[in-house]
Amino acid sequence: MKKGVKIISVAFIVLFISAFTMYNTAPIGEGYKIGDIAEDFSLENIDGNMVSLSDYKDAKGFIVTFTCNTCPYAVMYEDRINDLNKKYASKGFPVIAIMPNNTDVKPGDNMEAMKARAKSKGFTFPYLLDKGQKVYPKFGATKTPHIFLLQKTAKGHVVKYIGAIDDNYKSASAVKTKYVENAVDALLEGKEIKKTETKAIGCSIKV
Amino acid sequence: MLNYNINSEVLIKFKAMKLKLLIVAILIITSCKHAHKTATKSIDIASKEAGKTISSKDIKLEVYDYNGFKKFLNKKDGKVYIINFWATWCVPCVKELPYFEKINEQYSNKNVEVVLVSLDFPHLYESKLKPFIKKKNLKSKVIALDDADMNSWIPKVNKDWSGAIPATIIYKNDDSKFFEGSFTYEALETEVKHFLN
Repeated sequence: MKKGVKIISVAFIVLFISAFTMYNTAPIGEGYKIGDIAEDFSLENIDGNMVSLSDYKDAKGFIVTFTCNTCPYAVMYEDRINDLNKKYASKGFPVIAIMPNNTDVKPGDNMEAMKARAKSKGFTFPYLLDKGQKVYPKFGATKTPHIFLLQKTAKGHVVKYIGAIDDNYKSASAVKTKYVENAVDALLEGKEIKKTETKAIGCSIKV
Repeated sequence: MLNYNINSEVLIKFKAMKLKLLIVAILIITSCKHAHKTATKSIDIASKEAGKTISSKDIKLEVYDYNGFKKFLNKKDGKVYIINFWATWCVPCVKELPYFEKINEQYSNKNVEVVLVSLDFPHLYESKLKPFIKKKNLKSKVIALDDADMNSWIPKVNKDWSGAIPATIIYKNDDSKFFEGSFTYEALETEVKHFLN
């Protein structure tokens, strides 16, 4: 009998510990897959206005970019994200940047800091705060930067590409393949996207 | 592949030219102080494929591209290897480092080895990574992985890895488990014990 209690308590401890591990571990296999319909959202922009995908009547799609101020990888891509918007907003694919981190954990990513960064870097796209962290889990974003390319269709916003901006975080000039640009170009030309998913190192989203 | 500049690619493609280039580099160093920086960089890149040691002060750091690094994921010597991907700028990574250190210390006589794989930026090895290793007095083996074409190697490490760090692989021979996320000491020890039983 005593042994039984012991076994049960050990089992409980193991369960307890693994529950904590699971909590800290990003859920694998959740979030949008290629071909899924992305739900619209309403998030506060750095200018105080709420932004939704449905606000963009003329858009053909969106380059939804999960990014932040504090991740060195995200910082290395700031200029390239700006360039993406400059190049594709006029063609119907604007960048919508979303900051997914818990700002209590990362005060350097709070609304004030976001405003300051957007100003100093001259962001030409909306920079939205995922307040309450409800949007990034729906997408299945796990890190910054993390791109989700959406195409507007009669069915809704279809996820067409998930992953990195290009194949060289260190230097824009050393890039060989511009994944996001290739994907948007393919959509604009009505062609198949060759690479629909890519992987890159990034900072885990802070919960 | 390495993407520093065209020179680096040439270097890799023509390994035989390494020695020549090294001599050239040394010549440049001795003949022209101004070119010192470039020449040092070339030597670093040349030695990288082989994973040779780049020594500076008292901390030595092995730097690998993925091809050089993959041997750390494929050892079949019956030892339990804990491969942790981290960086000095990654707060949750730094937080869990002491747990890996503790495992490495307490299980070293039980055929367990921790390898801490830094994904710090190469230009910060001297100013950030090495001082960090020294300050924290890290006893586990620390190596650096520098391979910019991440989409080519991240899926090879594990198909489920999104690329977020911290991430950890625990393996013994062909038995391997991948974790994306943070560990507590207890959770890490539980996983290690699975591999020992």
